[in-house]
Amino acid sequence: MSAALFLGGLGLGAAGALAGAALPARARVPAAAVLTAGACIAAFAAAASVLASGGTITFRSAEILPLTGVSLSLDPLGAIFVITTAVVGLAVSCYASGYAASGGSGRTATALLPLFITSLLLVPAAASVATFMAAWELMALSSLLLLLTGHRRREARDAAQWYAGMTHVGAAAILLALVLISAHAGGQSFAAIRAHAGSLPPAVRSLAFLLALAGFASKAGAVPLHVWLPRAHPEAPGPVSALMSGAMVNLGIYGIVRTGDGLLGGGQMWWWLAVAGLGVVSALFGALHAAASSDLKRLLAYSTVDNMGIVLIGVGASGALAARGHGVLAALAMVAALFHVISHAAVKGCLFLGAGSVQHAAGTRDLDRLGGLLRRLPATATLFGIAALSICALPPFSGFAGEWLLLQALLRGFSGHSAATATALLAGVAALALTGGLTAAAFVKAFGIGFLGQPRTPSAEAAAEVTPAMVAGMALLAVPCLVLGAVPGAIVPLLVKASGTALGGTPPAPVRAGTGLAIAGSTDVIQPALLTAALIAALVLAWALVRARARAGARRAEAWACGRELQTARMQYTATSFAEPLQRVFEDVLRPDRDLDVSHLAESQYFEDAIAYSSRIDDAIERHWYRPLIGLVSRWGEVARRAQNGSMHRYLAYGLVALVVVLVLA
Amino acid sequence: MRASLAASAGVSLLQVGAAGIGGPLLYGLMAKVRARAEGRAGAPVRQPLLDLRKLLPKERIHATHSSAVLPLAPLVLIASTAVAVAITPLISTGPALGRTADVFVIVFLLLLGSVAVALGGLDAGTAFGGMGASRAMTIGALAEPALLVAVLALSIQARTSNLPGIVSATLAHPQWIASPERVLALFALVIVVFAETGRIPVDNPATHLELTMIHEAMVLEYAGPELALVTLGEAMRLGLLLSLVANLFFPWGIAATASVPRLVLGLAVLGAKTAAIAGVIAVVEVSAAKLRLFRVPEILAAAFVLAVLAVVTGLVMP
Repeated sequence: MSAALFLGGLGLGAAGALAGAALPARARVPAAAVLTAGACIAAFAAAASVLASGGTITFRSAEILPLTGVSLSLDPLGAIFVITTAVVGLAVSCYASGYAASGGSGRTATALLPLFITSLLLVPAAASVATFMAAWELMALSSLLLLLTGHRRREARDAAQWYAGMTHVGAAAILLALVLISAHAGGQSFAAIRAHAGSLPPAVRSLAFLLALAGFASKAGAVPLHVWLPRAHPEAPGPVSALMSGAMVNLGIYGIVRTGDGLLGGGQMWWWLAVAGLGVVSALFGALHAAASSDLKRLLAYSTVDNMGIVLIGVGASGALAARGHGVLAALAMVAALFHVISHAAVKGCLFLGAGSVQHAAGTRDLDRLGGLLRRLPATATLFGIAALSICALPPFSGFAGEWLLLQALLRGFSGHSAATATALLAGVAALALTGGLTAAAFVKAFGIGFLGQPRTPSAEAAAEVTPAMVAGMALLAVPCLVLGAVPGAIVPLLVKASGTALGGTPPAPVRAGTGLAIAGSTDVIQPALLTAALIAALVLAWALVRARARAGARRAEAWACGRELQTARMQYTATSFAEPLQRVFEDVLRPDRDLDVSHLAESQYFEDAIAYSSRIDDAIERHWYRPLIGLVSRWGEVARRAQNGSMHRYLAYGLVALVVVLVLA
Repeated sequence: MRASLAASAGVSLLQVGAAGIGGPLLYGLMAKVRARAEGRAGAPVRQPLLDLRKLLPKERIHATHSSAVLPLAPLVLIASTAVAVAITPLISTGPALGRTADVFVIVFLLLLGSVAVALGGLDAGTAFGGMGASRAMTIGALAEPALLVAVLALSIQARTSNLPGIVSATLAHPQWIASPERVLALFALVIVVFAETGRIPVDNPATHLELTMIHEAMVLEYAGPELALVTLGEAMRLGLLLSLVANLFFPWGIAATASVPRLVLGLAVLGAKTAAIAGVIAVVEVSAAKLRLFRVPEILAAAFVLAVLAVVTGLVMP
C-alpha cells in the first residue's frame, strides 16, 4: 500500500515534469505545481507510514534501468530525509506557481523543477549502487540546468561552471567508493554490501569511506569543498535555491550516514573525528562569512555551510561515540543531528524563499541597497523574521531544540572520554558556541538592515508585497519553525527510530519525549511548550502595563541626529558598516580586499578631487587553494593541446607508439 | 502536586518581583558607590526606581520611520528576561515551569533579549541606532561563546545542565568552589557580566557622547514607557547575571524548601550577595578606564580561553 503511494508520488513528479514541458504556456505552471505538490504529499504520506510502522518499503524492477534494474527501499532513516524534502518541495511548488505567474520562469524551469524535486525524493530511497548513482546524477543535472536558466548573467554562468565541476568530481569520488566496496562484496545492492562490510580489508574500507566522505561532504558544502555553494545557491532562482539549501545539501549528510554507519558498518574512530573536524571548520568558516557578507543570498548560503557543519559535528560525535561503544550517547547525537537537519531545512527554505521574494520585489539582493521592507512587504518580512529568529537558536523556535539536543549529546560525551574524543567534543562545543553568537549577528544584520529602517534606493522604496502563493509557500515552512520549537517532542520518537536504523540495532531511546524533551537517565529537561506559553504571557502582561498607563496612540517625531532636523536614508548604517567591527576582529581569516583611491586636483595636491573606496571579501579558500589548482589544470590543458593538434598523421603515430609499448610490456 | 505547583509559581513571581525592584536598586547602588569613590554625594540608591516611575506614565513617542519592531523590542526584552528570572533558582532551588531551568535555556533567553533590542535599535533607521546595534552584536557575538562554554564547564562538573541540579550539587560538594575549573569559569563569567551589562571597561553607561556609546546609542530612540521597559529589562538582566554568579559560585543561603521564613532568608542573603558583587564592579569601574572598542574583543577572547581551560581542567583533573 505505502509502496504504491511512494511510487505514485514519484510518478506524479514525473508527470509534473512532462506537463511542464508539453503543455501550453498558460496551463503548464498550475499543472506542474499541482502535480508536484501531489508528488510531495504522496511521498510524505508513504514516508510517514514507514516511520509509524518502523517497516521498510521495497520495490524492484528489472525493466526500468537496463542491465541493472531499479531497486528502491525506504527505511526509517531514508524516510526522515524524504519527509524533509517533501515538506520543502510542497512549499517550493506552491511558491513557484506564484513566482512563475509573475514572470519568473519559462518552459525549461517549469519542467525541470518537478524533476529536481522527484530526484531529491528518489535519492534516499535508492537501494543499489546503480539506482543511487542514477538518482544522484539526475539530481545534480536537473539542479545544474535550473541554475543555468539564468545563463544571461555572467555570475550565473560562473556559478554553474563551479557547480558542474565540483558536483561531478564529487559524484566520481562517490562512484569510486561504492564500486570499490560493491566489487569486494560481490553485489551492487546495498543489502549485499552491508552483509559483507565486516569482511572488507581495513585499508579498502577506509579508502572507500574517505572517497565517499569527500563526495558527500562537497554536496553538503563542507569546507574546504564548499566553494560552489556560496556561488550556486545565490545565483539560482528563488525556489531552486530554497530546494538546494533546504533539501539537496541534506542528502550529502544522508550519504555520509548511509555509507559510514550503514554500508560500512560503523568503522573506525578516526573516520568520525575527521567528519567532526570538517564540521568544526565548516561551522566557523560559514558563520564568519555569513556575519561579514552584505549580499542577502550569499549570507544565507554561507549560513548553510555553517549549519551543515553543525550537523556534521553531531554526525561525527555520534560515530565516534558509537566506535567507543556508547550506543545510547551515539543515538542521542544522531537524533540531535537529524533534528537539526529538519529544522534547518524548514528555516533555510523559508529564508531563501523570502530572499527570492525580496529580489523579486526590490530588484536586488544587496542589503546595502535595501531597507524599510517590513512596511512594504509585511507578510514576507514577518515570515522571514520568524525563520531568522529560529536559525539563531533562540527559544521558543525550532533551532533552539536542535541546539539543545546537540549540546546535551556533546556534554554527555565528555563523561565517557578518551583524549581524542574529548578534544573533538571540546572543539565541537567551542565551534557551536562561537557560531551561535556570529549567527545572531549575521541575522540581526540581514533582518535589521534589509527590512527595518528607511529604504536606501528608489527600487526598495517602490517594492510591494509579492503574490499570495509566494507568501503561502513561505508560511508553509514557517509553521514547522514554530511547531517544532514549541513541541519538539512530536518528531523526536521518529528520529530515535531513524537513528536506530542508521546506527544498526535498537539501543534504548536516549530522549524521552512527552510535553517536553528529557534526556534519559538524567534530570536534564526542557519544556518548550511551557516556555512558549510563559513568554507569550509575559509579553502580553508587559504590553498591558505600557497600555494601562499611556494613551492609545503614539506620537511620531523625528529621530535624534545631534540636533540636525533632517534624517536621510544615506545616514543609516549599511550592512557593510554593520559587519565592519566583526570583519576587523576576524581580519586574519576573512582577508578582505580593500582599495582606497584618492585623486587630487591638478592645481593643488592638498585638495582631493575624488575618493573611491572599495572593499570586497572573497572566499580565502577559493583564492588560495582552488585558483592555483585551476591554473595547474589549465597549464596541463595547454600541454595536452600541443600534443593534440588535429593532424591525422600524428594521431596514427601515437597509436603505433602505444601499440609498441603495450607489446613490449606484455 | 497542586500545592507544590502553586508554591513554585509563587516563588517564580517573588523572584520576578525581586529582580524588578532589586535590579534597579543594584544600578542605584553602583552609581552611589562610584559617586562616593569620586568624592561626590551621589543620587539616592532608589533613584533608578524613581526614574522608572517618572517614565512609565509619559507619552509614547516613536521615530518617523520606525515600524512595529520599535515598540515590540522592549516587550520581548522584558518578557524573555522575566521568564529567565522566573525559572532560575535565585531564592529557592525549587523553580517553576516543571524544572526546566536548564542553563542553556537561560543563555539563549538572554540572547533573545539582546537580539530584540538590537533590532529595535536598527528600526528607526538612524546612524546612531545602527552603530549601537552593530557594536552590541559584535560584543555579544564574542561574549556569547565564553558564557556558553563557562556554563558548560559547570555542567560537566555537576553532570547535569539543570541549574537547580548544579546549585544543589555545589551545596553537596563544597570543595568544588575551590576547584580550578570553578575558578577559571568564574573569571570567564565575570568578564562576560561586564560585557553583557555594559559596564566600564567595555561600555560606559554614563557617557553623553553618542559616538562613544554602545548600549545607549542603540536605545537612543526610546522614550517614555518604552524607555522604562528597556531600562527595567536591562536592570533585571543585571540582577539575574549577578545572582547567577552568586548562586553558582557561592550558593549558601538559597532556600531548599518553599517555606516562607526560608524564602525571606534566601531573599535577604541574595540581596546581600548581589550587593557585594555590585560594589566590587563599581570599584572596578571607578579604577579602570574604558577600553577602545577594538580592544574589547581581546578581553572577551581571554574570557573564552579561560572558559575552554575550565573545561579542559575538568577533564584532566577529575
